[in-house]
Amino acid sequence: MTFLQSLIDGIGLGAVYAVVGVGIGLVFGVMRLVNFAYGELITAGGYTLAMLSGAPAIVAIVACFAVVVALALLQERVAFRPLRGASPATMLIATFAVSFLLQNIYLLAFGSRGSTVGTLGGLNTAIAVGTLRIRWITIVAVVVGGVLLAGLTFVLNRTMIGLQLRAAAADLQTARTLGVRANRVITWAFAISGMLAAAVAVLLTVQSPLVTPDYGVSVTIFALVGVVVGGLDRLLTASLGGFAIGFATAFAGDLLPSSGSVYLPSVVYGLVIVVLLLRPSGLFAGPRATAAERV
Amino acid sequence: MPDRVLELRQIEVRYGRLPAVRNLSLSLDRGEIVGLIGPNGAGKSSTLHAIMGLVPLAGGEIELHGSRLRGHPEDRARAGIGLVPEGRHIFASLTVEENLRLGLSARRSMEGVAEDRDWVRSLFPVVGEFASRTAGALSGGQQQQLAIARALIARPDVLLLDEPSLGLAPLVVETLFETLGTIRDGGVSILLVEQRGALTVRFADRTHVLSNAELRLTLTPKDAEQTGQLTAQLTAAYLS
Repeated sequence: MTFLQSLIDGIGLGAVYAVVGVGIGLVFGVMRLVNFAYGELITAGGYTLAMLSGAPAIVAIVACFAVVVALALLQERVAFRPLRGASPATMLIATFAVSFLLQNIYLLAFGSRGSTVGTLGGLNTAIAVGTLRIRWITIVAVVVGGVLLAGLTFVLNRTMIGLQLRAAAADLQTARTLGVRANRVITWAFAISGMLAAAVAVLLTVQSPLVTPDYGVSVTIFALVGVVVGGLDRLLTASLGGFAIGFATAFAGDLLPSSGSVYLPSVVYGLVIVVLLLRPSGLFAGPRATAAERV
Repeated sequence: MPDRVLELRQIEVRYGRLPAVRNLSLSLDRGEIVGLIGPNGAGKSSTLHAIMGLVPLAGGEIELHGSRLRGHPEDRARAGIGLVPEGRHIFASLTVEENLRLGLSARRSMEGVAEDRDWVRSLFPVVGEFASRTAGALSGGQQQQLAIARALIARPDVLLLDEPSLGLAPLVVETLFETLGTIRDGGVSILLVEQRGALTVRFADRTHVLSNAELRLTLTPKDAEQTGQLTAQLTAAYLS
């Protein structure tokens, strides 16, 4: 039964990591940029929900999406667009700079004690199936994650902007010579990635309602680890990597004694090192993927 | 009075301090094929890249239909320049049809897309036959056809071809050049960069020979009538 409970928890966690992983992977695909400031988008969503805790849930959620997408577009326009064409190291450091800047802005604006989100708190209740306890938020996370990933797959495979995004991810320069507007495609990538971050903010704040300035950091790092484990060559592998990290976290958390929960990240990262030693291209990456394509 | 489509006036391209193209002027009229040949590193591809906006001009200017050509590669594609890059650069993971649809991104008008699609498919039947096949699964010759079809579907005024015969069997090259003639007859001007010097001189309306970043010689099909003389001229120009 413990195994089944961990499996259920792992699916819930994995769905969130998968969505974050796809959000990061989408921007990486087009810009070859690992956006470490992605977590601050999630935090911005959390604070928006906290500020609108008394408002109807739909209003709070719409505002959360608006703020997070706007911040994602602002990141692209102000910080990353001027650096386009700079070395990958410069871009990477820029994402850290944006991350720290936003964390400190949150600290100044909202303080270090945290703000509590009350939106959709009812989803934190659990239903009992035998000895298993399934929280509603786990079910919602899986459904929302599935719908978002299916929707994104539809956009990528069935629309012109999706086709242009895929082409730009494969070879931006050639895509541009065919008339694909780089700014438009990159803006879309950031906007979609912002929408995914907003959805994660809604899901996460139900599970952990106290939003602090570094709220989105740990989920982003775990999701990034998932992306590395899964392989960045396709969004599907990135999302599978998210699920893998979700399962690893749930099972490792179950195996560790409660006094050792502080070591959970170390155990998960240790597993990641083992996976990368055995499969340098990622757990689910195709045979043609190479280590050079990785983060 | 010829209908001037593209004009390069004393263009200069540099990579750092290294000159890649020096003081190059050439023009292209409507429905004309102009060849650009020369040894490796002569500046042929750099010229095409400068026209497409992939490298900045260090001097001179480029005009399309009498207006100065500027902006990013996507702006130039939308202005009527189509590039078929060296090595084809097709999107291997996308289908043939998806590659073709990408070419529509540069179209100035969506009117007549169906007719143009039929025209492109008649020129390159492989595009229709293998529409749902992954482009990476095509042979080299088929990929080259797809790359040209993808550029043509945008209905460019000028087609820049960078070594389209590279790695193709002689018979395929012959067919390809015949098709380029048909494309020219459709009113598209072609700037053809090639390594096959003698073939290009015979085929193009004019062929410029570049060497060491500079224009050394201009030849016409008439010059190709005496093979020995042409070889001597090309050798002298290549080594200059």
